[in-house]
Amino acid sequence: MSASASQALPDDEAPERRVRSAPLILSAPAALLFAALVLTPLLLTALLSFNQFDYATGRTGGFTLEHYLSVLTDGYYLEIFLRTFRVSALATAICVVVGVPEAYILSRMSNPWRSVFLLVVLAPLLVSVVVRAFGWSMLLGPEGPVNGAMMALGFGRTRLLYTEGTVIVALVHVMLPFMVIPVWTSLQKLDPAVEQAALSFGASRATAIVRVVAPQILPGILSGSLIVFGLSASAFAIPGLLGGRRLKMVATVVYDQYLSDLNWPMGAAVAVLLLAANLIIMLTYHRLVEGHYRRRLG
Amino acid sequence: MSFLELKNITKRYGPLTAVGDVSLSVAKGEFVSLLGPSGCGKTTTLQMIAGFVEPSAGTIRLDGRDITRAKANSRGLGIVFQSYALFPHMTVFDNVSFGLEMQRVARAERRPRVEEALALVHLSPYAKRYPRELSGGQRQRVALARALVIRPPVLLLDEPLSNLDAKLREAMQFELREIQRKVGTTTVMVTHDQAEAFSISDRVVVMEAGRITQIDQPYRIYEHPETEFISRFVGKTNLLPGRVAAARDGGATVSLAGIAVDVAAPGLSAGETVTLCIRPEKLRLTAPADGLLAGRVADRFFLGSQWLYHVDGPLGTVMVVTPNDGTPPVEAGAPVGLDWTASVVRVHRGALAEAPDPALEMAV
Ligand SMILES: Nc1ncnc2c1ncn2[C@@H]1O[C@H](COP(=O)(O)OP(=O)(O)OP(=O)(O)O)[C@@H](O)[C@H]1O
Ligand SMILES: [Mg+2]
Repeated sequence: MSASASQALPDDEAPERRVRSAPLILSAPAALLFAALVLTPLLLTALLSFNQFDYATGRTGGFTLEHYLSVLTDGYYLEIFLRTFRVSALATAICVVVGVPEAYILSRMSNPWRSVFLLVVLAPLLVSVVVRAFGWSMLLGPEGPVNGAMMALGFGRTRLLYTEGTVIVALVHVMLPFMVIPVWTSLQKLDPAVEQAALSFGASRATAIVRVVAPQILPGILSGSLIVFGLSASAFAIPGLLGGRRLKMVATVVYDQYLSDLNWPMGAAVAVLLLAANLIIMLTYHRLVEGHYRRRLG
Repeated sequence: MSFLELKNITKRYGPLTAVGDVSLSVAKGEFVSLLGPSGCGKTTTLQMIAGFVEPSAGTIRLDGRDITRAKANSRGLGIVFQSYALFPHMTVFDNVSFGLEMQRVARAERRPRVEEALALVHLSPYAKRYPRELSGGQRQRVALARALVIRPPVLLLDEPLSNLDAKLREAMQFELREIQRKVGTTTVMVTHDQAEAFSISDRVVVMEAGRITQIDQPYRIYEHPETEFISRFVGKTNLLPGRVAAARDGGATVSLAGIAVDVAAPGLSAGETVTLCIRPEKLRLTAPADGLLAGRVADRFFLGSQWLYHVDGPLGTVMVVTPNDGTPPVEAGAPVGLDWTASVVRVHRGALAEAPDPALEMAV
């Protein structure tokens, strides 16, 4: 009896070792795919951004910091970066203001309607961003129905396209589901009795929402705004089609550098800087908000 | 004069009637417990009083005002939720203080009141913790403190002590009773612990499958259960099937497996099928020849202040509880006699719903 037990010992260890390596083995396919499809191009882009460029021959090669220096010192690029982050921040803020109540109302609906409206909220995701951007440009163009209505009301023709406002509105339209979904998910996890408890103490509905519901869904709002901000700051189709040549954003500048100026290293440098700035802003935001709530919500 | 009055309250969820036709009137300052097995509609009833579940039918009046459709935040009740429903993002102190803030109590006055409430539930050292840093019983006490601190006219408690150890539970029961006596808070408490319901309530409401089956003082519910279900649900009981052999004025002779037993119950007729209920502590163990019945001790259990015997005899296994008076108990296997007085036997008309299972009755 005891002999067989001691013999079994080395055997018992083997499965444990196998279990310990299981996470590595299981995540390997995804890790490889990620490395091949995301990290490799990123690395190549980063390497490219240090290459020298010659306008006459179009040849690239060698090593230089010239592109970074010119982006960081040129007021033109600075303005584009500032505009990009201003537009993204505003779009994110509007998404919070619109999307959070939207998710809350959705979660309070009873079942047949809730499914219907959830579908309505998510349906835009099924339509290509390019199609939606063209939709906005037709709607807001000089001959579009919005201008038509304004003329009929005696306001005169207004230039709506190629303004920051239009880009922001279209971005909000595209990004809203990315705010609604995480907020909705954290609302699902809420115990309805907690809000009822607030009401039972005589809190008004608004007080209950502000003091009790909102702080609990903050993680959802946080991840929603990170997604929306990140996607907005690197958005290409919306600023490209609705901002046009006049209202450049970082992603459209990268595109221009690559395809109009054929200055690939410069485009790569701008892209790397955008990535870095995006990362810094998002990590800072994340630390600020989540650090504040970590202990409370776990 | 009834302060809180439910009239024919019904709640249906689709085809399921969670609460059916419940009428209850609670006087000002009264302590009433809803007692019943899991899923019988206790929480639903409480939630309708609180205003979180809308009744399908019936009316609720509080202090003469019809509040059936009133908003929950206009009712001014103190509630302890079955799931506690603490605010997870607030400290214990802020949780308790929230109700006072909503009542616009000045900050200077809030602090001592919160501290007093926390001291009452023995949680003073935990004021700065967050709910998720507390044990289940500690959370439950925060919920209790949070409801008590606002000194509501009506307290609704949904199993407020279910997660506490026996000692703490007794202390809290005592405190609840004290507060209710001192302040005159009208209290409705849900529990499925009958000892708790009996020890602190003025009246107990027994519910079964969404309906009220008996409303009475704890003593009367225990001694005069109106149905076989109640006598089985409340305390331990011996249920013995029999047939009326002869009826007399104010009494009858019932034959149990061939043994004639006198009972003091009026209105029975000869030939009727009945079920006799005898509480185990009403039976006495005697010398084998002296009792009304003879039997043999099959098993015995030590309950601290009492001994519980299972006695095999002509009626099957019968439970007997005797006080532990310090004398040596009867050994298992010993022959004994069983004796009782006719007045302690309760008679329910009709046959047993199902065979009584002593092991099940044991699970209090
Ligand atoms: N929202 C709901 N939808 C459908 N059925 C419900 C709902 N809430 C409760 N019920 C049903 O109503 C019945 C009564 O539920 P209730 O919560 O009042 O029981 P309870 O007496 O409090 O039980 P416990 O002691 O286990 O807490 C149960 O059968 C339950 O399944
Ligand atoms: Mg319940």
